[in-house]
Amino acid sequence: MRKSKLLAVTAIAATASLAISDARADDLTLCWAAWDPANALVELSKDFEAESGHNMSFEFVPWPNFADRMLNELNSGGKLCDLMIGDSQWIGLGAEAGHYIKLNDFFDAQGITMDDFIPATVTGYAEWPKGTPNYWALPAFGDVVGWTYRKDWFSRPELQAEFSEMHGRDLGVPASLQEFKEIAEFFQGREIDGKTVYGASIYTERGSEGITMGVTNVLYNYGFEYGNPDNPYELEGFVNSAEAAAGLEFYKELYDCCTPPGSSDWYMSENIDAYKSGQVAMQMNFAFIWPGVHADPNVGGDRSGYFPNPPGPGGHFAQLGGQGISVVSYSDSQDAALEYIKWFAQPGIQAKWWELGGYSALRAVVEDPGFASSQPYAQTFLDSMAIVKDFWAEPAYASLLLSMQDRVHNFVVAGNGTAQEALDALVEDWVEVFEDEGKL
Amino acid sequence: MSASPIERAAASTPSSLARRIRSFSDRSLAWIFVAPTIFLLLAINIFPLIWTIRLSFTNYRANRPNADVKFIGLRNYERILTDGDIWLTMQATAHFLFWTLVIQVVIGFALAWCINQKFRGNNLWTTIIVLPMMLSPAVVGNFWTFHYQPQIGLFNYAVSFLTGADPSSFSMIGDVALAPWAIVIVDTWMWTPFVMLICLAGLRSIPDYIYEAAECDRASKWRQFWTITVPMVLPFLMLAVLFRGIENFKMFDLVVQLTGGGPGSTTELTSINLKREAFEKWRTGYSSAYAVILFVTIFGLASIYVKALNRVKER
Repeated sequence: MRKSKLLAVTAIAATASLAISDARADDLTLCWAAWDPANALVELSKDFEAESGHNMSFEFVPWPNFADRMLNELNSGGKLCDLMIGDSQWIGLGAEAGHYIKLNDFFDAQGITMDDFIPATVTGYAEWPKGTPNYWALPAFGDVVGWTYRKDWFSRPELQAEFSEMHGRDLGVPASLQEFKEIAEFFQGREIDGKTVYGASIYTERGSEGITMGVTNVLYNYGFEYGNPDNPYELEGFVNSAEAAAGLEFYKELYDCCTPPGSSDWYMSENIDAYKSGQVAMQMNFAFIWPGVHADPNVGGDRSGYFPNPPGPGGHFAQLGGQGISVVSYSDSQDAALEYIKWFAQPGIQAKWWELGGYSALRAVVEDPGFASSQPYAQTFLDSMAIVKDFWAEPAYASLLLSMQDRVHNFVVAGNGTAQEALDALVEDWVEVFEDEGKL
Repeated sequence: MSASPIERAAASTPSSLARRIRSFSDRSLAWIFVAPTIFLLLAINIFPLIWTIRLSFTNYRANRPNADVKFIGLRNYERILTDGDIWLTMQATAHFLFWTLVIQVVIGFALAWCINQKFRGNNLWTTIIVLPMMLSPAVVGNFWTFHYQPQIGLFNYAVSFLTGADPSSFSMIGDVALAPWAIVIVDTWMWTPFVMLICLAGLRSIPDYIYEAAECDRASKWRQFWTITVPMVLPFLMLAVLFRGIENFKMFDLVVQLTGGGPGSTTELTSINLKREAFEKWRTGYSSAYAVILFVTIFGLASIYVKALNRVKER
């Protein structure tokens, strides 16, 4: 009798423990772009698996196909992704089309406050409508366009002397876009170590978002605005102002004078390749590449330096990159997904995220006194994050983006028409989009 | 003697079912057999076509399933037909279509004529020539982007070798004047063998006795070519043009891999433009109207062409 009771108790305990573990162990799929930070996140998430008992799997798609693939998934109500680290511009669509769940109540319940994150990342990655305390994501990866340069070439005495004689100043980090262009011109076509090198690799890619992410770094600094600050969808005179046209002309001049031959459709990976293979003196790219550059055997360590996007005549800004992490509303494992976000928001995890190569957006991490000196590019990251501006995050962002890609590429790379005509046509396109959206 | 499979199947059919089948007329039986195919055709081809036409009169967007769908009449058609950018993509498509067809027909026919001459290694050369069309367009597009690289590209070096120009002084896929030709060259490289094979079939279908009779009549080789070879191969050539024309009108993968439609919109063919409208901008209603216009255009042109082809065959 005693034996049978013992068996029964054991059986009940075993069943109960199975039931409990079943309830706890979820299979979570996190979707993101296939790039270096994603590998760091896989490493980081092992701690979450160990802590929570959930199994993590990952769906990473290369950048050029990322938006196509993931937006199709969201638009079709797919259940592939439980967690989505979607591009910052998707936030409007994610919120309005019901792809993401709203996180305000969850944040309140868990004591997560957006005051703990870099303000620009909260606005850029989490809020919709912008400027309102409605949160659809937790800032996950801070990113911004900046510049990498060949410090070893810049410090060569013979180049220093020649540049100084030409321009009356030292060959160093440019203090303005004009100075940047002069440096790029200086290096263009120059023989260094028996190889012909070029000034700079800049974003010119047409198919996804490349040239827009590049040209905005110049447009912002020449005075381009997305619209009237007091009347958001009033575009005329802001998008196509004379200052904005001058900025667009500058970008074209930069493309014509100072980029490697054949760089008519280059984005992140092509710029990295050009830089690492010693083709260019400077490269435009998102900050996520800096850990990889620093570790590179050919151009890493002291051979490379980093600087924020230089100011122009109309201001000092840089294009925001980066993403927030959201819970997909079609997921069957929303509780586990929220658990992941709660875990990810912890300061200790965020500090480890930075150590592994992920750019944390948590102020406790980036405002730590040791942060700026923790990596050679950390200070540049901080300086760049302080001057960010982002593209439209409207639900119709894709239409707005593709129009800009077409208009800008048509002028900068194809050389069709004038800068003013390109921006005027862009205003027409955008007005049509907003009319279709019922916002005009 | 053992029963045939048909007899065995008939024997195993329950008698009640067999009685019912026997009561069907031939026409009913034909319908029963054809019905699944017709159903599939309706479900996969006809219904989507009707649905696309319906959507083309609305402002529907597939990425906003919950938004109100408004009937907007002919607004989408009006927008497309008055949009200068769409006409530019039509021009780019026409340029691509015209030159690929002309060059492929000329080279394909010339190659077929050469291969049709009996010489040693004939089969080996045929195999080598048809290799490009066995490759995936995505692969072809990718490796030609390397051939076209100004600094390391084989194509640029070949041009440089022949002309003495600096290989990095021109960019086939980055220059507005050269990019339309860059895609024509690659499509020609890949698909000329297809035209060649069809022409070869035509050439080999001409009986030798016709040439022998011409020889007896002392017709020159030139005259034989124009009065026997060309007319008899013409239906085959026209067929090749029809196939390549339809394929190149909807060309997508090769060009996307090569130029992505750039520089600017120089090589943005209609299919690329349509894909961007439908699946990147998600203007479903608008792109449905666009698809209907393209469908009508291809269908109309193909019908006229097939009529001409039939006339040539009847001659």
